[in-house]
Amino acid sequence: MTAVVAPEVGARQYETVIGIETHCELGTATKMFCACPTVFGAEPNTQVCPVCLGEPGSLPVANGRAVEFAARIGLALHCRIAERSQFHRKNYFYPDMPKNYQISQYDEPLCVGGWLDVDVEGEVRRVGITRVHLEEDTGKSLHVGATGRIHGADYSLVDYNRAGIPLVEIVSEPDLRSAEEARAYAEELRAVLLALGVSDAKLEEGSMRFDVNVSIRPVGHAEFGTKVELKNLNSLRSLYRAVAYEADRQRRVLADGGRLVQETRHWDEGAGRTEPMRSKEFATDYRYFPEPDLIPIEATAPWVDGLRADLPELPAERRARLAEATGLPAKEVGWLVRDPEVLAYFQAVATGRDPKVVASWVMGELQRDLREFDHTMASNPVEPERLGGLLDLLSAGTVSATAAKDVLAEMFTSEASPATIVERKGLAQISDTGELEAVVERVVAANPDLAEKFRGGKRGVLGALVGQVMRETRGRANPKLVSDLLERAIGG
Amino acid sequence: MDLTDLTAHELAERFADGRATAVQATEAALERIAATDELLHAFLTVTGDQALKSAREVDQARERGEPLGPLAGVPLALKDVLVTKGVRTTAGSRILDEFVPPYDATVVRRLRDRGVVILGKTNMDEFAMGSSTENSGFGPTRNPWDTTRVPGGSSGGSAAAVAAGQAPLGIGTDTGGSIRQPAALCGIVGVKPTYGLVSRYGLIAFASSLDQVGPFARDVRDAADLLEAIAGHDPMDSTSIPDAPADLTSRLSDGVDGLRVGVVRELFLEGTEPGVLARVREGLDRLERLGARLEECSLPSFEYALSAYYLIAPAECSSNLARYDGVRWGLRAKDSADVVDMMQRTRQAGFGAEVKRRVMLGTYALSAGYYDAYYGQAQKVRTLVRRELDAAYERFDLLAGPTAPTVAFPIGEKADDPLAMYLNDVFTIPVNLAGNAAVSVPAGLSDGLPVGLQLIAPALGEATMLRAAWAFEQDLGLSTRPTRPQEVRP
Ligand SMILES: [Zn+2]
Repeated sequence: MTAVVAPEVGARQYETVIGIETHCELGTATKMFCACPTVFGAEPNTQVCPVCLGEPGSLPVANGRAVEFAARIGLALHCRIAERSQFHRKNYFYPDMPKNYQISQYDEPLCVGGWLDVDVEGEVRRVGITRVHLEEDTGKSLHVGATGRIHGADYSLVDYNRAGIPLVEIVSEPDLRSAEEARAYAEELRAVLLALGVSDAKLEEGSMRFDVNVSIRPVGHAEFGTKVELKNLNSLRSLYRAVAYEADRQRRVLADGGRLVQETRHWDEGAGRTEPMRSKEFATDYRYFPEPDLIPIEATAPWVDGLRADLPELPAERRARLAEATGLPAKEVGWLVRDPEVLAYFQAVATGRDPKVVASWVMGELQRDLREFDHTMASNPVEPERLGGLLDLLSAGTVSATAAKDVLAEMFTSEASPATIVERKGLAQISDTGELEAVVERVVAANPDLAEKFRGGKRGVLGALVGQVMRETRGRANPKLVSDLLERAIGG
Repeated sequence: MDLTDLTAHELAERFADGRATAVQATEAALERIAATDELLHAFLTVTGDQALKSAREVDQARERGEPLGPLAGVPLALKDVLVTKGVRTTAGSRILDEFVPPYDATVVRRLRDRGVVILGKTNMDEFAMGSSTENSGFGPTRNPWDTTRVPGGSSGGSAAAVAAGQAPLGIGTDTGGSIRQPAALCGIVGVKPTYGLVSRYGLIAFASSLDQVGPFARDVRDAADLLEAIAGHDPMDSTSIPDAPADLTSRLSDGVDGLRVGVVRELFLEGTEPGVLARVREGLDRLERLGARLEECSLPSFEYALSAYYLIAPAECSSNLARYDGVRWGLRAKDSADVVDMMQRTRQAGFGAEVKRRVMLGTYALSAGYYDAYYGQAQKVRTLVRRELDAAYERFDLLAGPTAPTVAFPIGEKADDPLAMYLNDVFTIPVNLAGNAAVSVPAGLSDGLPVGLQLIAPALGEATMLRAAWAFEQDLGLSTRPTRPQEVRP
């Protein structure tokens, strides 16, 4: 961690060049080349068949739905869908790969040449997309003993449930220039995948992961520097930290007069640094050749047009529309759009209400309570109608903002309507002048010095007095009314 | 009457009129296997109990009056490269010595569904690599015509079984001639179907883009019936042709009158045995007498087909055989230092010399820097062969020539000379490269050993091809046809 925080060596002389290969599991019901289910977390080796186990004699048959999903991703990323694309075999030996080759797309991918606009601190960066292609996932090894890596393990267990799950690989151009940009790209890409409904893009379950190429070059140079590949980053946080660390490490090496070597490095999240992987693990010639068991994918124009017409609203369009409709600042719009569930919730509550108020509640108090009560948006017990009802009570002056927070928290444990909760807890706002006047007089009498200061022109002290009145009424007083009454009482 | 002397359709007649039962036919076949296989070694696994059980089921179904197809109750020898659920399947390799598959190949399922009685699994060159069945990890098969000679390969076990009367029907696979060449050398009929006509699901792959399952039989009619039984679209094989014609047999007896047959000059290579050439020439004359219009033609790309094949097939096999690594099935080397060592030692111990040779060749041909020079170039030749054949089919309905350059050769003669062995496939390989159909039909004897005539048809040209083969076979007549080899004595 220290290295990331330390002053960046030579940051001004060198420019960082980053390209990202994103692997994402597609949310199809069945695997890429067989009919096995793709449910996460099943008992090891229960979601397997002769095909995904690579049993002798078995043959793959491409999942049409997965092809469709990959094409949707390509279209959303402004790619061209190839009229003819082909699967290849990528040959290398590894125990969690049933056939010792992975079926992937090589020089004839499904989607080529697109772009994704990424908002980095309010500035739009256009990142080129080289290609989007389909492949199958491998199984998962568990190495028992030693460090938990394959070398030196006592024995290894392999779960092939994941073997054959459809993956897309989305390859960016080396257009990113900083860890911030890399993270923003990954976030935006994730939002696109979620909006398309083609993947759950769950980083924590490994259904979305990144391989990142990092190099540095003197500012102004067109040639690329020596490239280091960081393999298998599985969170936005490690993506950010790993890229920042690696760029800094490379600058330090050069500053110390050292030379960079092209290598694959592994990010050690605990130690907060990248480390070289044993070169033996990756000194591989994949011997790609066309997969003879699969016929080429033919993408007809009507099929592509149909998919294009069917694309949902994408995050960028949605943000633009939402900003226009609500007048909310870009940052808040961005936050709302990032998660389709949050957005749907926001839109349900905001219908017919002030979007700014709704946004501040959804982003603020609701998120705090979700964390507090150990919920997510998916399990949120506060239905949009109930939050909407509460905000209506707030705007009508029936409850104060303070009381409304109590009501919201109460709704996490009670199914009652906001009105019922207000009633039951006696949280209705006091807007009765007569009832408040007595409290106001008491507070003014108890704080003669503050009253004096106010009269002397220090109008800021009014807040302290309002606070006292609120406390005395347990937050139920209408604050606007209280300040009016206070001004009258002191000034009078 | 010895039931093992009969063809499948002759058996079917007897089943129908009650002169024989499937159990009797199966028992006769099993007895013949018991009497001859110690010497021939056509089978790796005999599943007698299972065979009798399915024969009984067919007999019972017949007694109940259920409609049965032409092959119901007929015994069959299955090449050990098609997986059988619960029955050891080795592909002729020590690396799969104890492998018991969890599922049936589509072809096996189709055979079972039609009441065909599977007698067991037959010997073969390891992973179907070879032309003599000498490359089997379990020892060679002998040719029933002369047990000092090879039966051809790689489907030598099935071919020998059918020739020796162990079974009236056999299943083989043909990647570069592995059905046609042993059929020729054993004096029986063998069909290499159009690529994609028969499902490859459950066929242990040698070279995926070339492999095709096909029938062996003692006559063309049986071969046609068996092909019809195993052909048809399979959703589990994406290279399977979706709308291939289902009927291959109803026009079998329509004759060859007016059929245009191209005699391929490149299939009459120098070095072909004179006896083979003589029988094939006579066969072509016979076709002409029957009304076919013969004309010589030239397909110059055939000269390069053998070289292209010996790059493409090893390239695909190097990848297909990568799964035999000791991790999941079959042999595993003991006391290895680590996983890489275990994989290396397993493959070292489990694969025979020919398999290793081709895996290395294929690995080299696909490796970075050599791909374009070898694999890429070979694919261009393949395209050329295909184009030349397509052009030829504009002028001809069928093409013809010998199936193999020699008759069956002595065991051991070519075993140490891979290149001489590869030349055995020189007449059959172009058909696999193009994905066309072909049949080898017995054309008589040379020095007492069988010679095969090869008829080649465009993709899905099976019906026409079998029609010509049937006319030829009928005209040649049973009296001159070597229906049964000399009696085999251990
Ligand atoms: Zn499966």
